[in-house]
Amino acid sequence: MNAFAFLLQTIRISIPYLLAAAGGVMSERVGVIALGLEGLMLSGAFGAAMGSYYGGSPWMGLLGALVAGLLMTSVLAVATLRFRANQVVVGVALNLLVVAVTRFFLRLVFDSASNSPRVPGFGGEGAANAMLASFANPVVWIGLFALPMLGWLLYQTPFGLRARAVGEKPEAATTLGIAVGPLRLKGLLLSGALASLGGAYLALDQHQFTDGMTAGRGFIALAAVIFGRWEPMRVAVACVLFAGAETLQIQLQGAQLVPSQFVEMIPYVLTIVALAGVVGRSVAPSALGKSE
Amino acid sequence: MIPDRSRIVENLLPIAVALGIATVVGDLLILSFGEAPATVYRLLVEGTWGNAYGIGQVLYKATTLTFTGLAFAVAGRAGLFNVGAESQLAMGGFAAGIVGLLLPAGVPALIAMLLCLMAAAAGGAAVAAVPGVLRARFGASEVIVTIMLNFVVLALLNWLVSAKIHVAETLHTPPINTGTVPRLADMFDAFHGSAANWTLLVAMAVALMSWWFLFRTRGGYELRAVGLQPDAAEYGGVNVKRVLWTSMCLSGALAGMGGVNFVLGYKGYYEEGFAGGAGFLGIAVALMGRNHPLGILLAALLFATLSQGGLAVNALVPKQLTDILTAVVILSVATAVPEVQRQIRAAAASALATLNRPTAALSVERDA
Repeated sequence: MNAFAFLLQTIRISIPYLLAAAGGVMSERVGVIALGLEGLMLSGAFGAAMGSYYGGSPWMGLLGALVAGLLMTSVLAVATLRFRANQVVVGVALNLLVVAVTRFFLRLVFDSASNSPRVPGFGGEGAANAMLASFANPVVWIGLFALPMLGWLLYQTPFGLRARAVGEKPEAATTLGIAVGPLRLKGLLLSGALASLGGAYLALDQHQFTDGMTAGRGFIALAAVIFGRWEPMRVAVACVLFAGAETLQIQLQGAQLVPSQFVEMIPYVLTIVALAGVVGRSVAPSALGKSE
Repeated sequence: MIPDRSRIVENLLPIAVALGIATVVGDLLILSFGEAPATVYRLLVEGTWGNAYGIGQVLYKATTLTFTGLAFAVAGRAGLFNVGAESQLAMGGFAAGIVGLLLPAGVPALIAMLLCLMAAAAGGAAVAAVPGVLRARFGASEVIVTIMLNFVVLALLNWLVSAKIHVAETLHTPPINTGTVPRLADMFDAFHGSAANWTLLVAMAVALMSWWFLFRTRGGYELRAVGLQPDAAEYGGVNVKRVLWTSMCLSGALAGMGGVNFVLGYKGYYEEGFAGGAGFLGIAVALMGRNHPLGILLAALLFATLSQGGLAVNALVPKQLTDILTAVVILSVATAVPEVQRQIRAAAASALATLNRPTAALSVERDA
């Protein structure tokens, strides 16, 4: 295993994290806790499989992912923004809902309890270097540019200024004539689109949807958001760091230096430590989770 | 001062709305599978409350849910979100399983049960102490810490069981030597085969004690005061930080005790993944039970019925139907509660305005 291959695999693993974490940053920066990332990713993965299966093209898969992800985001938005339901409860419920809904429709549509049939992806098989060929996937590039673009959006555009104002001091934003609700809605929709693309990457990369295929990646992304202190570039570094640990774990499987369970813990332990403020404190956007 | 009638409306209307929405969603899903809703619902009721085995299974599931529901509610009353009941429950079960394993077979069953129950409570409390202390000491969000800790604790338990103490070819620990809680079926033949056991009496007693603690003791009063208005509580002489971490520990202890139901009452050993989402469902139970111990007992029965009902209807529609309904109920209650509260407040304000028109008009404008 040379360093180049290691880097390529790390990037591949980090793509869903980068996309979901970008969604997480967007959502939390406008003041909505991103507990539903896992559910949004899973719905995106299912939508991608559906779209690609019926549309016969991975591009239709991306469309399907966006439709499914935005549908779920609307549930989130209606509950938290229109009715001001508690964001933590809604986030947890959304994750439960998506797990159940995808299983139900897996049986209804594909008559299977575990996975969809094989669906078209963005190629990569049969190529001389499968690792390199997987970079022909446009989602990889969307993933690589998502967080830098988000940084530009948040810090260089009027929308970003307003979004940050709404996430930090909604009352002050209101006084300046910014409509808090619609701005949060825009932020949430963008967040849902990004997270569902993260799920779509998984489904299209594996050429099928399997039950629960996101396997906690939404929470790792959330951990990256907090560990990266809600700053897009720091979050990107956190995502690549977590993906690197995972790659190392896969490479060292045979060596058994450290039990795999301890490698799995790394993102979560680092996040807890960051929240406790042992090395540089993580401070959340101040209006995070407040509905009024 | 809220009149009694509006308090009843405030508590029951969201539940009625949620059940209504769930029924509509359920109908649509059943129709999408080409089955008749009435047939499926009848099957659901017959498979749960229609025979002793079904009732036993519902009671068994409701027992665990009562503990995790109470856990979320007690933390909720203190203004904390304990999203970590899943791992606290697992750690509680593990602790009970280990103590049961270490105790020699000669220890009287009742003493062994008590020791295991205490171990379960301590295990859950230990897990919850981390977010509790981090919140009290550093102001770290207990929501995030409990969620992250779920993964850490479950991975740790997975490692302990798979690498250290398991029966070969399985993912469970060796059976406990003593402390098994007898099943209902031992006394009543009709329950034969169901996992229901006398832990359910412990659950009811703990619910009653939680009610007593929350509403009849000074500690409970302080806990609720911190939940309603921490600054006022602090001014009133309450040690808010201490209340925060102790109520988190109490919450974890409640969730941990739920592990006894599976470990001592059902299998007789700790098994990987036994919690199976019961920790997260506790949020639903507490929400539906309006954070009140007695409401939680009823809500636990409802969600246990849905959970068991899924298995009953699986021949006609996927069992995930009831999982979807569970999630829909949570979303609807969470959404309806603030809305109903707003409506009631608005109604009260307009009633006040008509009572004394000249001065009230001003105050309504100010509130709006």
